[in-house]
Amino acid sequence: MSTQLSLGRVARAVAAKDLRIEMRSRVVINQVFPFAGLVMVMFAFALDNDDVLTRVAGGLVWLATLFSLIIIIQRSFAVDTADGALEAQRVAGLDPAGIFIGKALAVMMQLVTLEVVLFLAAIVLYRVQLQSDGVVLLVTCVISATAGLSFVGTLYGGLTAGARGRETLLPLLMLPVVAPVLIGATRATESAFMSGGAAVSDGWPWVGVLVVFAAVFGLGGILSFGSLIEE
Amino acid sequence: MNVQTFNARVATPTTRLVGAMAIASMAWVVLGGLFVTPKDVDQGDAVRIMYVHVPTAWVAYLAFIVTAVASACWLLSRKHSMGFDRVAGASAEVGVIFMAMTLLSGSLWGRITWGAFWAWDPRLTTTAFLLVTYIGYLAVRGLGGSLEQRARRSAVIALLAVLEIPLVHFSVLLWRSLHQNASVLSGDGDIKMDGSMLTTLLVGVIGFTCTFAWLVMHRQRVLAMQDAMEMTQLDAALRERANESSRLK
Repeated sequence: MSTQLSLGRVARAVAAKDLRIEMRSRVVINQVFPFAGLVMVMFAFALDNDDVLTRVAGGLVWLATLFSLIIIIQRSFAVDTADGALEAQRVAGLDPAGIFIGKALAVMMQLVTLEVVLFLAAIVLYRVQLQSDGVVLLVTCVISATAGLSFVGTLYGGLTAGARGRETLLPLLMLPVVAPVLIGATRATESAFMSGGAAVSDGWPWVGVLVVFAAVFGLGGILSFGSLIEE
Repeated sequence: MNVQTFNARVATPTTRLVGAMAIASMAWVVLGGLFVTPKDVDQGDAVRIMYVHVPTAWVAYLAFIVTAVASACWLLSRKHSMGFDRVAGASAEVGVIFMAMTLLSGSLWGRITWGAFWAWDPRLTTTAFLLVTYIGYLAVRGLGGSLEQRARRSAVIALLAVLEIPLVHFSVLLWRSLHQNASVLSGDGDIKMDGSMLTTLLVGVIGFTCTFAWLVMHRQRVLAMQDAMEMTQLDAALRERANESSRLK
């Protein structure tokens, strides 16, 4: 019998560990959520027009998500590199692909919770309307976009973990890569909100783009994460 | 490996030949582009920017293909020869410069012909993203660590960039197609070109490609010398420490 843990078990254990750390430290809830809320209020100050805010609400929610993603990823890997925990996991013989999936899952859970709060904030602050037939599109868009963001974030977070100047390097590497997610998720969300006269059906091709993106980077991460975190 | 052997190889007959070809064809492009070729019916003298813009764009894309191929070769080859890694790095460095030149000359040309420095056209946007992505690639190369680590990290990043670029291009294409009926550049394919213009453009492509090859060959050698110097310095430091400890005994 092999002593190696299966990929699924490694992923579950790593995700549970990351979420447990978050439950106990509450850094994301106490710091990242208020930060994202603040960004939403700042957008309102900058744009200073109710109609414009309603029109671009989808894009602003996703921009606030991207900014928060940078912090969440940095936090996720700071926890692991501070005490050499990432190396310890490698030494313990954990499959790097499992570590990748586990960390991405934990990031995904945190991001989805954040997005729910941000969308509620958009409904309250930016006065967007969400009809019942837009809900399915919005939920699918949130899940597929968040999967893509988490995979890319974990991939580049692992690369910059432990490197000098990682705080500045991570956004430089990550933001160009997630540009298609920003475009796709914004358009799909605008369709779900029917802002600017968009129809709900216009949003579905964009969800397709998001799913392809998540699949490509999920697979890319599973294949390459091991060589990126190798010392 | 000692530094002296690299010094001896700084100029080989091949680099001299490529360099001479680059100088000759560039001289042709300067003369042809500025004096021999006619003005454009619509654009006037502004069309002369084309003799720089098109070849630099071609070279920039070529450079990134070279980086991707060299990175794949490094990852796949059993020996993990550092030569592949250095070619990938040198090519990306030169590519970033040419891509910046493409965007600069393109935006000046755009200001004259369509009245704006920038348009959210898929081609332009993808090129800008490619520039930022490869600046990031160069930053990853500068992260430090062992040569092997540098090569592995940057090879993976170069191959991820190959995945990223079509996704960016396609999503910008879809984005624009929903918001804007025709892009500014869509009429470009119909340009009727004078024979001398086409020849000058082709010589330009050859000249810039030779310049690229020449720069990459030399840059690659400089990188090899840098790597060798780091290794010899490390060896010297190790010897010094070893002597120190033997003296203490």
